[in-house]
Amino acid sequence: MIAFYLFATLTIASAILVIFARNPVHSVLWLIVAFFNAAGLMLLLGAEFIAMLLVIVYVGAVAVLFLFVVMMLNIDFARLRSGFTKNLPFGLMIALVLLAEIVIAANARQAGPLINAPTSTAPVRPNIVAVGEALYGRFLFPFELAGLILLVAMIGAIVLTHRSRGDSRGQNIPRQIARRPEDAVKNMQPGVGEGMKL
Amino acid sequence: MIGLSHYLTVAAILFTIGVLGIFLNRRNIILMLMAIELILLAVNINLVAFSAYLGDVTGQVFAMFVLTVAAAEAAIGLAILVIFFRRRGSIAVDDADRMRG
Repeated sequence: MIAFYLFATLTIASAILVIFARNPVHSVLWLIVAFFNAAGLMLLLGAEFIAMLLVIVYVGAVAVLFLFVVMMLNIDFARLRSGFTKNLPFGLMIALVLLAEIVIAANARQAGPLINAPTSTAPVRPNIVAVGEALYGRFLFPFELAGLILLVAMIGAIVLTHRSRGDSRGQNIPRQIARRPEDAVKNMQPGVGEGMKL
Repeated sequence: MIGLSHYLTVAAILFTIGVLGIFLNRRNIILMLMAIELILLAVNINLVAFSAYLGDVTGQVFAMFVLTVAAAEAAIGLAILVIFFRRRGSIAVDDADRMRG
C-alpha cells in the first residue's frame, strides 16, 4: 500500500519534471526515473516480465537514444522555450478538463456491470510462464510481426541517417560483373634483354 | 486497499501530463517525443492494470506490443530529427515549413 503511493507519486512527480525541466538532458534523466517507478507499479501488479522489459527497453535503449541525440545535436534550447509560458494557462485548462473526463470515465465502471469482479480461479502460474505461453501460442503471429516492425525500424533508422562520404571505397558490383578478361589481362612477350613496358 | 481505479487514476494523470507536455513544448520536437513516450507509458500501465484485474495475461502481451511500437517510433523519430537538424541546423517545429503545410 505504501509502496503503491510511493511509486505513483514518484512517477507523476518525475513526469511533471520531464515537462518542466529547463535542460533537456535533465528531462531525459527524469524520464528514466519515471520509467523505473512505473516498472515498480507493474511489479506491484504482479507483471514482473513487463516490469523488467520496461527497464531494459525504455531505460536501456530508448532513454539512452534520447540522451545521445540531445547531447549530439548542438541546439539552442532557450529559443525553443519561448512561448512556453504563453501556452501555459490554456494548456493547463485543457489538461485539467481532460484529466477530469478520464478520471470520471475510469471510475464510472462502478456505476454499471461493465467489468465484473476478478474471476481468476485458475491455478496461479508464474507470470513469466503465462506470458510465454500466450506469446508463443495464441499471439505467435503478432509476436513475429513485432519482430518485423523492429527490423524495419532498425533498417529505416540506418538508411535515414547514413551519410555516404565521397572518399569511401566500396564494391561496385555492376562494374565488377561487366569486367571482361580481354580488358583485364594482357599477354606480353618481352624480348631478351628488354624490360617490360606497362 | 489499492484497487483498479487507483492504477487507472495514476495512468490518467500520466496521460494528461503527456498531453500537457505536447501543448507546452510546441517548438521542441525532442520534448514532444518524450511526452509521447509518457503517454504510451500511461497506456501500458492501463493495460497491465486491467490484465492483473481480470486475471488474463493478454493485456500484458499487448503492453509488450505497445512497447515495441514505442521503441520503433523513438528510433525512427530521432533518426528523422537528426537528418532534419543536419539539413536545417535547427529542430524548431516552426522551421519545418519546407512543404508549406
